[in-house]
Amino acid sequence: MERARERLWRWLDERIGLEDLARLAKKKEVPVHRHTVWYYFGGMTLFLFAIQVVTGILLLLYYRPSANEAFESIQFLMTEVEFGWLVRSIHAWSANLMVFSMFIHLFSTLLLRAYRAPREITWLSGSGLLGLTLAFGFTGYLLPWNELAFFATRVGTEIPGVLPLVGPFLRRLLRGGDDVTGATLTRFYGIHVAVLPALTTVVLAVHLFMVQKHGMSSPPGVEREGPKRSMPFFPNFLLRDLVGWLSALAVLAALAAYFPAELGKKADPFQPAPAGIKPEWYFMAMFQTLKLLPGHILGIEGELLGVLGFGVVGLLLIALPFLDTRAGERPSRFPAVFGITLLVYMVVLTFLGYTMSPTK
Amino acid sequence: MANDVLSPGENRARRDFLNWFLGTAAGAFAASVLYPVSRYLVPPKVEESTAHTVTLSIKPQELKPNSGQIFRFGSQPAILVKTPAGELKAFSAVCTHLACIVQYRSDISHIWCACHNGHFDLNGKNIEGPPPKPLEEYAVNAKGDQIVVSKRS
Ligand code: FES
Repeated sequence: MERARERLWRWLDERIGLEDLARLAKKKEVPVHRHTVWYYFGGMTLFLFAIQVVTGILLLLYYRPSANEAFESIQFLMTEVEFGWLVRSIHAWSANLMVFSMFIHLFSTLLLRAYRAPREITWLSGSGLLGLTLAFGFTGYLLPWNELAFFATRVGTEIPGVLPLVGPFLRRLLRGGDDVTGATLTRFYGIHVAVLPALTTVVLAVHLFMVQKHGMSSPPGVEREGPKRSMPFFPNFLLRDLVGWLSALAVLAALAAYFPAELGKKADPFQPAPAGIKPEWYFMAMFQTLKLLPGHILGIEGELLGVLGFGVVGLLLIALPFLDTRAGERPSRFPAVFGITLLVYMVVLTFLGYTMSPTK
Repeated sequence: MANDVLSPGENRARRDFLNWFLGTAAGAFAASVLYPVSRYLVPPKVEESTAHTVTLSIKPQELKPNSGQIFRFGSQPAILVKTPAGELKAFSAVCTHLACIVQYRSDISHIWCACHNGHFDLNGKNIEGPPPKPLEEYAVNAKGDQIVVSKRS
């Protein structure tokens, strides 16, 4: 037995260089300081993403991407297929938790200023993953082809449509036609299960490679305090990661069992939008902004201003490592102010979105 | 060997030519792939339904005052409203804000958009919330048992 294992190891080592990988794993260290907890959320996001891949593939086996069949195929999955409800509920909940842990990862790396040189590419690829994740959420939301999904997609694809000149073209491109129809569903399906996964694989590989290359970043405050403590990634940190992942799995299972994903009513393009319509929570702040902006501001249509505002915030976020280049003694205040303002804005508007009367 | 008989200058020229040639070929190849693909991604224009008039299957007397109903106007949803005063009105049901479908709310006698709480009055005018423009109004003719709605030109 022992011999066989040894021989297998040697055989693989000669071909793919296991020794090198093992040495690499042993070398990796995780800094230990009062902000260490935040290091868990990148791995957590990755873990939840893995769950998405697995459950997503399972869902593919029963889903039919057409306006006539999508809703029914999910109904079938939820009621007839054994554990179908569980697989779908886990996919839905894990998506939510993944976005949540991604936001924590984003804001913690922002506030700990982990994006500083030479980690610009890590930050850029991370921003790319943020965009891809939101795109996953948006395209996946339509697939059940229910009422909420239909209107969320109508509004969502209308948003780039308000841009001058390119707007109508973009809207058509996204929708696969002038309206949200079965063509939009097929298009979103293709994006959700093929285009986004392919892009994510590439960007994720870059992101993870950069993290390996540069190691974990310590926040500047900790760095100034002098000698660093650290723990080996393998196995110490990884085992802690595992505890986190198992807890996440437990939470997921509980959520999926007690609050299974709903299906609602089938989309009908000739029915009014239902009262109290809401997007997924992670789009709520944007949704609420569009709701509060009046029709016209200084002669410009309110929603155009809103959309441009979202664009500016996104660009500032992406460009952060290039805006905060002052190293050393007097770091720029901008990132902290920007990050905290953004966070507070998102929390407050999301809160308003869930509490303000929708019908006044 | 060819290289031996060429002077360094000639060698240079040959390299430049090859670079130019390869670059152009690669560019032409990329363009000939990208162009059809990008055209492919843009959906073809479908014949827009040129409905200018529709005859509804609703009878005028079936509609109660202070109520509204969505109907198909070509490929687009439209809304027929009977005002509290008993007048028939029709509008496009596509909200001018972000294209949700509006509804008639009898509790406030307004046309209302649930998506971002937009309000329109009985003339389709945007009176509250984010919608920037009034709803497009259609002409309604009640002839005997039929309601005929047409675009105003
Ligand atoms: S889409 Fe009607 S108010 Fe926004």
